[in-house]
Amino acid sequence: MIRVGLVVNPVAGLGGRVGLQGSDGEAVQQRARELGARPRAGTRARAALSELAARGADVELLAAPGVLGARWAAGAGWPHRVVPVAPSSETGSAECADSAVLRPGSPRLGVVPPARRAPGSGVGTRAPDAGHVHDAGRPGAPRTTAADTVAAVRALRDAGVRLLLFAGGDGTARDVYDALGGDTELTVLGIPTGVKMHSAVFSVNPRAAGEVAAVYGREEGGVPTRRAEVMDRDEAALRQGRVTARLYGWLPVPFVPARLQQRKTGGTVLSPDAVGGIAREVREAAQRLPGAGSRGPLLVLGPGTTTQALAAALGAEVGPTGVSALVPGGGTAEVVARNAGGDALLDLVRAGRPALVALSPVGGQGFLLGRGNQQLGPEVIRAAGGAARVLVVCTESKLAALGGRPLLVDSGDDALDAELTGYRPVITGRGALTMYRVTI
Amino acid sequence: MSDARRQGAAEPTREDARVAPKPALRRFHQARWDEKLIFELSTPGQRGIEVPAPEPEVAAAVGDVAAALPDALRRGTPPALPELGQQQVLRHYLRLSQENLGADLNVDVGQGTCTMKYSPKVNDSFVRDPRVAEAHPLQDASTVQGLLEIMYRLEGLLREVSGMDRVSLQPAAGSSAIWTNVAMIRAYFAARGEAEQRDTVITSSFSHPSNAACAKTAGYRVITLPPDADGYPDIEALRAAAGPRTAALLITNPEDTGIYNPRIEEFVRLVHEAGGLCAYDQANANGILGITRAREAGFDLCHFNLHKTFSTPHACGGPAAGACGVTEELAPYLPRPTVEFDGERYRLEHDRPDSVGSVRPFYGVVPNLVRAYAWIMSLGAEGLREAAEVAVLNNNYLLSRIREIPGVSVPYAQSRPRVEQVRYSWERLHADTGVHSEEIGLRAADFGTHYWTSHHPYTVPEPMTLEPTESYSRADLDEYAAILAEVAREAYEDPDVVRTAPHRSTVHRAREDTLESAATWAVTWRAYRRKVLGEDGA
Ligand SMILES: Cc1ncc(COP(=O)(O)O)c(C=O)c1O
Repeated sequence: MIRVGLVVNPVAGLGGRVGLQGSDGEAVQQRARELGARPRAGTRARAALSELAARGADVELLAAPGVLGARWAAGAGWPHRVVPVAPSSETGSAECADSAVLRPGSPRLGVVPPARRAPGSGVGTRAPDAGHVHDAGRPGAPRTTAADTVAAVRALRDAGVRLLLFAGGDGTARDVYDALGGDTELTVLGIPTGVKMHSAVFSVNPRAAGEVAAVYGREEGGVPTRRAEVMDRDEAALRQGRVTARLYGWLPVPFVPARLQQRKTGGTVLSPDAVGGIAREVREAAQRLPGAGSRGPLLVLGPGTTTQALAAALGAEVGPTGVSALVPGGGTAEVVARNAGGDALLDLVRAGRPALVALSPVGGQGFLLGRGNQQLGPEVIRAAGGAARVLVVCTESKLAALGGRPLLVDSGDDALDAELTGYRPVITGRGALTMYRVTI
Repeated sequence: MSDARRQGAAEPTREDARVAPKPALRRFHQARWDEKLIFELSTPGQRGIEVPAPEPEVAAAVGDVAAALPDALRRGTPPALPELGQQQVLRHYLRLSQENLGADLNVDVGQGTCTMKYSPKVNDSFVRDPRVAEAHPLQDASTVQGLLEIMYRLEGLLREVSGMDRVSLQPAAGSSAIWTNVAMIRAYFAARGEAEQRDTVITSSFSHPSNAACAKTAGYRVITLPPDADGYPDIEALRAAAGPRTAALLITNPEDTGIYNPRIEEFVRLVHEAGGLCAYDQANANGILGITRAREAGFDLCHFNLHKTFSTPHACGGPAAGACGVTEELAPYLPRPTVEFDGERYRLEHDRPDSVGSVRPFYGVVPNLVRAYAWIMSLGAEGLREAAEVAVLNNNYLLSRIREIPGVSVPYAQSRPRVEQVRYSWERLHADTGVHSEEIGLRAADFGTHYWTSHHPYTVPEPMTLEPTESYSRADLDEYAAILAEVAREAYEDPDVVRTAPHRSTVHRAREDTLESAATWAVTWRAYRRKVLGEDGA
């Protein structure tokens, strides 16, 4: 039996139903409520738990207190244990009252009654970083903030959960990321309830999250994980009229190929065979560059798990975040830059080695440039030799998961975008290309 | 009490109590023997037949027989074969045969893209005729004139069906025929000194993956054309892909979606303009026999699957039979031998200097050639066309029945009918219920049938591919649709039943992910010992 943790951001998705761009920040939530928004995060979390129960998973469920988890677990007819969470300074989290409900045991036996009351104390104030203030969406319901999510995630981690289910959107995913850090070994999975869903840590729908959790519970140890992107819209850029998503980092999510790879957003199958083939293609392309024989080519890799695996196949270890640069050789590659910024990249590319830039679509949106990799600005691409020096790498299943949507570029330079758009060969494996549409 | 109980059938299982299938549905229960692998049944020393030792005089007269074998032909160690008595072997395979859903046992319309039409048993009687069954491939041509005549005439019939100038019957199956076509394409460009320049083959996402696989095996770089919004291969992607490096376009039409690409001539023209050849994978020809031909669409090469379109048995991946058709220009590269006729005698022509060689020992899978010939002759030209028309009618009838089922959709080209098969999607049902297409297929097995999803990757989400052919009656198709409707109803009302299926068939669940990597799949006993049991040196 493994321990699964549940944390719910009760106001995630509040804005979406009433046409707002998100639900982060108290002002937006207030406006959403005025427009008649009803929260749905809890009911979606419940759907995931029902699925978990239906699949007969042998798991012990630990929930954050009250609207942060336990209330929805109770509604799913699923026994759970409530893990106390230290009240955040802003809210006082009076919801801990629910933690009296404690019913471990077989999932099929006990049913925890729904919370009897909606505690009314602890009305929150605005989080200092304009973080998201959560509430259950009902008059008199408590408000919770990002700090509560962070505290709940840490409490569940400390209670020994092996898989953390969190219900929310991109903002919540960021909170989870903040709570755990990018190096965490704790496997997480998002139950999608938010408005903004750029991150790849979510299942396609709530039931799918329950299904994956069930498989994870059944075959713990046998289920590999992969690192999936945590992304969020760049609100500052948005206010200037640009839609831009920032890449915050990666979190480990369960990878259940036979059941998940066909999903639209779950599909990042990195079969070693495919990535090894892609790596050979990229290395050969780099070595064919004019001048590569004498100087050794420079390979600039955009962020992503595909490019990370590609680097590994070339014999170099780089993280999935940030832009790195390698000089590929026979069986190894020399890493000349990790997490390089725009200026450093420009210097590297101008230093005289013939350069290639390998990019992989980031997140579920299909962005090649301009989301999560702004360091690779138009000057860097131009210094490398322009669109002709850009290679797109992606596995077949990840491409199929785009559901026919084109790949996107938004480099910030219209002329370069124009060069990059049209039909481009995407390297999907050894000797395998797909001619795919790239648009702005 | 359920009908099943009254009739003394198997005990109702857990799900029967909760969801009573409509009475019209068959109460099926498959045998489940829990049979081990034959290697695990082995007992050292057991034999099927104990051959008596020769009499001493005989032994003395013959001497050491094994010594007569050259050293190079002798094994160092005996073969690692299971050791069993005859009865155990018979029982083992009979049990396995009961744990199967063979083509003649179920309404086999679910094996989409495979054209599971009926193989008329009368055609087997020709194959059992001693003149076929006992012919030896090394017999002199003068002693097999009848067989050669059948092959010669079959070539003529397939030339007529395809419009091509010559046809080889040697390939062992569809993929073998695609390979043969790729080999001919390679030889053609080698002869023109363009082999190095033309290193790329173009195919499409919904063409059968054997096309990409054969091209890669032959050393080609492969460019895939994704579907456009209507599901046709994206012609703009083709424009971007075709060029001086293009050796060929390998494409299916209709593709595995059952959608006929009306711009196929334009595709061919674009590739020809780039200097490439076009090969038509006609394994999906069942809906267009006698209606369109590869030649008129401008193709240089094509292939048929005789075990799909021309009724010969599939034989679980072989030996089936494929046929490659080519234009005069490519005829020199056909496999050897060819069957020739001088007006009096049939002979095998081996002297073909430009040939790609043999793709299969001797003349191919002759019994299947005999069956295909018999099938075509029994129908005649009009009969072939009628078979195609009925296949299309059946498919569109089934389509109309399946459309009535909640949760199913038919992606792409909305207003157009489908040819001989349809790739459906259960995406909506999945979103509503959490039940996957694979799970619906497994539950269908509880009613004595099944279906196939699609090739990977799943470009159509939660796919299901059905191909009813001309063989099935309206009642068969109604039964099949009723089974799917019932499973869909269960998915909405009691999804557990579907998710935990199958309940009444042999195999519970296979771990599909173990089949996704060469590191874990084990298709032989030796591989099983090494990869699954972890025995070193196995
Ligand atoms: C369109 C198409 N091409 C090729 C093949 C491969 O044929 P085979 O399975 O005989 O190798 C198939 C098999 O179903 C097919 O449907």
